[in-house]
Parts: sequence; structure tokens; C-alpha cells
Amino acid sequence: MVRADFDRSLEELEAELIGLGEMVEKAIVKSMDALERRDLALAYEVVAEDDQIDEKRFELEEKCINLIATQQPLAVDLRTLLAVLHIAVELERMGDYAEGIGKICMIIGEDEPVETPQQLGQMARMGVAMLQRSLKSLMDRDTDLADEVWDSDDEVDALYDAVCHQIFLDMGQNPKTIEAATHFLWVAHDLERIADRATNIAERVIFVVTGRIGRYKPPGELN
Amino acid sequence: MQDQDFILQTRGLSVYYDTKKAVTDVDLDVVRNRITAIIGPSGCGKSTLLRCFNRMNDLIPSARVEGQVLFDGLDLYGHDVDPTEIRYEIGMVFQRPNPFPKTIYDNVAFGPRINGFQGNLAELVERSLVRAALWDEVKDRLNASALSLSGGQQQRLCIARALAVEPRVILMDEPCSALDPIATLAIEELMRELSEDYSIVIVTHNMQQAARVSHYTAFLMVEEARVGFLVEFGESRQIFTNPEDERTEAYITGRFG
Repeated sequence: MVRADFDRSLEELEAELIGLGEMVEKAIVKSMDALERRDLALAYEVVAEDDQIDEKRFELEEKCINLIATQQPLAVDLRTLLAVLHIAVELERMGDYAEGIGKICMIIGEDEPVETPQQLGQMARMGVAMLQRSLKSLMDRDTDLADEVWDSDDEVDALYDAVCHQIFLDMGQNPKTIEAATHFLWVAHDLERIADRATNIAERVIFVVTGRIGRYKPPGELN
Repeated sequence: MQDQDFILQTRGLSVYYDTKKAVTDVDLDVVRNRITAIIGPSGCGKSTLLRCFNRMNDLIPSARVEGQVLFDGLDLYGHDVDPTEIRYEIGMVFQRPNPFPKTIYDNVAFGPRINGFQGNLAELVERSLVRAALWDEVKDRLNASALSLSGGQQQRLCIARALAVEPRVILMDEPCSALDPIATLAIEELMRELSEDYSIVIVTHNMQQAARVSHYTAFLMVEEARVGFLVEFGESRQIFTNPEDERTEAYITGRFG
């Protein structure tokens, strides 16, 4: 097999990227868990562990740069490496949102009397599912699955609008909760961005497979 | 694009050496004032194809050409076409620099002299050397032997020699394979400049070179049943980022065979 060594490097790189994805997934789940249970120790853990995610991203970036410099990748190899670079950044930013939720959790504190809006948990579950599916679409080079990730973003956006609306209503009814509710708005924003980043990953998968940059189908053709 | 945008066109072009086929049924359009790279594995017929463009294959007794090569619409293999005249219009630069064992000046003046050039020869030599990006390096020693130049300079001298007869097309057969990376980049830079006024076809084994320098790329391949057939032709940026044919993909990513 020609270029077996390069193929191995690419495989390892992708495996590490998936590993980074799993770290990010755990961080999101943990941050929401911490928020729902008001578990400050757990929140602190999420914040502290973000450094590992950042490091892993830089490590992946360096490996990509080395492979680009030494292997002169072309065609699908070039697209894969560029996609790994992009996706590593997307994942790192998703990790930052989880970290942000952890920090909010620490600001709100243990004694916060306001209940966490339920839709936030739902948004987080959807975001995590989108992340998982976007990475699976990468592993399987599955553009249909990548498309589905894109489509499910609309649901998250709708949920985001709904949860914001609910929080505003709560604020109006009980002005004492405004400060906590503002924090929840930030959590909702972070979760909405996590889903957006998952669609960016899906976009990169489509780029790897088809070479097309940007959205796979023009909006008119979407269901 | 329309026919007038193409300076060279092949139609159903096949080349045989005796009974052995080297190029099979190639339809290729070479775009005017652009650089077209021909890439492909060893023995895929790319140099043979290149040599059809100025009838250099005529010099090989066993070679036989079928199909058409059109130069601005003119059938290059037509009965009334003089191959020598064609080679003034369509110059060639070879793999190894091959200056004549003469002075730098005489190398460049050689073609025009044979042609009976009546104008200002010194001016033509200077212009050709300037165009080949060699003038500044040799202007003070035009009477020195061409063989005293470095490999990269010799190759630029050969380009100047080709330019001196004012061709419209320059064919290059692995023009940098005997040069170091810096001399290679100088030739590539020169090619890009020349492509504003000339059409260039380059055969290269160096994929990165094809990607760096060419506007269009043609990928030729050889299979057990077929030799020297065109797999894919397109803009280089497309060929090297997102080729359509999986055989092109396999070749340019180094996973051929």
C-alpha cells in the first residue's frame, strides 16, 4: 500500500478528533448536570477541565500543520486535514460554552431559589445529540446524516426562542429573579451556539465528501 | 469556452510506436495564454502527447499519428504543413538544459539567424533574455560560454532561445527535473509571467509543480488494456482539491495502484 504511513496518521488524527468530541460532550453534559443539581464542585471541574480541551485542540492543530507541511496533501486528503482543523476549533469553542455554563453555575451558587427552566435540559440533550451525530457523519462520511444535523438546528432555535420567551415572562412576573433569569438566558444562548457549532461540523463533513464549501443544499431544496 | 479560446486542440489523437500504442484517442483543448499541465504515471504517454504538438514525433521513425492536432484551427499534420516552421511557432524546452556550446549571445541569436532575421539582433537577444528573466545575470558576459552558467540559468537560456524566434506556444517537458528547488521556483515564476503572452504546455512528474504553476491540468493514465488515455481535464484548482474521477484522486493523493 502506497502512503500507508500517511494513511495511518490521518486515521489517528481523526480518532483523536473524535476523542476531543467525546471530551466536549462530557463537558456539556456535566455542566448541565452541575446547573440542574447546583453542584458547584462539578461546575468547578468543568471549568478546570476546559484547559485539557484547549490543549487537545492545539495538539490536533499542530499535527494537521505538520502533515500539511510534510505530506503535501491534495484532494480528499487536503479536504480532510482542513476539515479536522476547522472541526477541532468548533469543538474547542463548544467546550468554551460548556465552561461558560459551569461558570454561570458557580455565579448562581448553591442557594439559588430559582428553578432551572426545563427546556434548557432539552436544548442540551438536543445539542449533544447533534454533536454526536455530526461526528458520526464524519466517521461514516455520511452526508445524509450531516444534513439531518443541519435540519435539527431549526428545532433547537425554536426551543431557544421559547425558553427566552418563558424567561422574560418569569422576569416580568417576579422581578426578584431577574438576575438569575439573566444567567439562564446566557445558558440558553450557550446551548443554542453549541447546536450551531454542530451544524458547522456537519458542513465540514459535507466539504470532506463533496468538496463543496458552505451549505450542502440551497435553502429552497431543504425540507 | 469557444474554439477560438483554444490554441491547440487534439481530436481522437492516437500515437503508435510501430504497432505499440502510446496515446489513445485523446481529445484535449489547450487554452490560449494559460498554462496547461499534463500529469500521469510513467509510461502514460504524456511526453508523446506533448511532442505531437510540434511534430517532434516526426523525428522518431517508428512513430505514427492518428487523429487530429489543430493549431488555431490549422491541422498540424496536414499535407502542406512544414514541421520546421511549426517548431518556430511552437517552441520546446527539454528536461535537461541543452544550450549549444557557444556563447550566451549566440545561443539566443541562433534561431533568428537561421530564420534570416533582418531586424536588430542585439535588441532581440536582449529582449529574449529579459523575458526569460536572465538578462540581469548575464548582460555583462554575453560572450561567455553558455556552459559556464548554472543549471537553472542554462534552462532559462534555453527558454530565451525558444522565445527569440517569437513562438506562440512553449512546450516544456519536465523543465525543472534537473534543477534544485530554488532554480525550479525561478522557472515556475517565469512560466507564470510568460503565460500572459504565450500558451504553455508542461509535462511534469511533480504534482506540486503542476498544482503551483498550471491553470489547467490533464491527467493521463495507463491501464492494461489501454495506454495513454485522458482520464480528466479541468481547472487545476478543481483537479487538486476535488477531482471528479476516482482514478485522478488516487493518483494525485499518491495512492495509485
